[in-house]
Amino acid sequence: MNVIYILWLREVKKYLRSRAQIVASLGTPLMYLAVLGFGLGPVFRKAGQGSYLQFMAPGVIGMTVLFTAMFSGIAMLWDRQFGFLKETLVAPVPRVQIMIGRTLGGATVAVIQGAIIFAVTLIAGFRPASVVAVPIAFLIIALIAVVFSALATAIGSSIKEMQGFQMVMNFLVMPLWFLSGALYPLEGLPAVLAAFTRVDPLTYGIDGVRGTMIGAAHFGVSFDVVVLLGVGVVFVIAGAWRFSKIEV
Amino acid sequence: MRSFGTLIAVNDVSFDVHKGETFAFLGPNGAGKTTTIKMLTTVLRPTSGTLELDGLDPVVQPTQVRTRFGVVFQDPSLDSELTAWENVDIHGVLYHVPRRVRHERGETLLKLFELWDRRNDLVKTFSGGMRRRLEIARGLLHTPKVLFLDEPTQGLDPQSRNQMWTIVKNLNATEGVTVFLTTHYMDEADRVADRIAIIDHGKIVATGSSAELKQQTGTESLEAAFLKLTGTSIRDEEFSAQDRMRQISRVWRR
Repeated sequence: MNVIYILWLREVKKYLRSRAQIVASLGTPLMYLAVLGFGLGPVFRKAGQGSYLQFMAPGVIGMTVLFTAMFSGIAMLWDRQFGFLKETLVAPVPRVQIMIGRTLGGATVAVIQGAIIFAVTLIAGFRPASVVAVPIAFLIIALIAVVFSALATAIGSSIKEMQGFQMVMNFLVMPLWFLSGALYPLEGLPAVLAAFTRVDPLTYGIDGVRGTMIGAAHFGVSFDVVVLLGVGVVFVIAGAWRFSKIEV
Repeated sequence: MRSFGTLIAVNDVSFDVHKGETFAFLGPNGAGKTTTIKMLTTVLRPTSGTLELDGLDPVVQPTQVRTRFGVVFQDPSLDSELTAWENVDIHGVLYHVPRRVRHERGETLLKLFELWDRRNDLVKTFSGGMRRRLEIARGLLHTPKVLFLDEPTQGLDPQSRNQMWTIVKNLNATEGVTVFLTTHYMDEADRVADRIAIIDHGKIVATGSSAELKQQTGTESLEAAFLKLTGTSIRDEEFSAQDRMRQISRVWRR
């Protein structure tokens, strides 16, 4: 337990110390919120869908969590060659504890980032359905964070070069985000796109957050949670397995 | 023996290191020094052959073996976003060193390596020499029986090198920790090592004390003996993913 705790603490400490990084990493979601949120608002309203900001705020929170969680796992690539990872790999502790500590740390940081963006959406005019909805939504946000933090660990353990990082960003993170239904409703999509959105775990995450915060879930909150739990278990196992195979 | 695909990194590397001695492992680039250290420190599995460290097999009992050695790898393994003390403290937790011991021995070691005054500073503000000293201090926190040092003095000035070896030799004498080191500085090996093994093309070509090696090759200095045993041709190492990362890191390191 001590080992998991200290590695978790390390991730959180490092995050809290890097003020510049905190500000920088909030830039992209803020841009989406401001430009798309207000830019597409009139069109959305004309289509009879109500407030676009209400609709996309959960999506932008989900985006922040996805990006932060994926980054933390991929930072491991660097850590592996020129950082602390090697120190933990030769320590007399089971690798699975190291993996869990790191993953939970990355997930915690992602949730904090998500909370900051949530605060920003409130300022921008986002209004959750009720106060009770917020903590429940954050449980789902925590699930999203664990799912992608574990996925990132699995990927970070498997690739060896920085070039691989670009590949992951372009062919995994961006599609996960664009296919998640964060920016558009899932109703009435073309069949192919609909099929893709259904294999994206983030879709269920954002749907769950949307369901709890504004009461408009496509699949239903309990279904979303079940899917996230299932995917989470698979990714954590995959992450632990890949992590146990690292040779430095 | 360890092979990477068709490349055989080390083959027929047999040697014994005695308890409490300082053993230098010398060889040209790509000779297999780091591969050997990685196998002994449980991060690589040998393709064939047997290993033993303090009577235990690193392949069969990795966890028990890991408590018995401290290691300073060729590439840094400190967390530069944390303070010196935090790096030491986390190491203590990872090695199950009780809190009280962690604090006492941590203080003793940091004082010994002249880092105590800087314990609360972030490692990224440290010089190369200070980082290396911190890594060695950290590696000794759990009172290991063997200390592996893979090119610990690479890129350091003579003052830092001198200071580092003085402290390490002292600990070797007072705590009886066995020191296993690699280096490209022959004067260093000559000065600190009780025995030396020279490895080339993944094979041990000679073992003995510095005097024995000089006598065996009929040369005056260890450097001359080394060149006689390993030849004077330059080794072309294959440029690996790791080297590419190293190159990027030189640009991005603060």
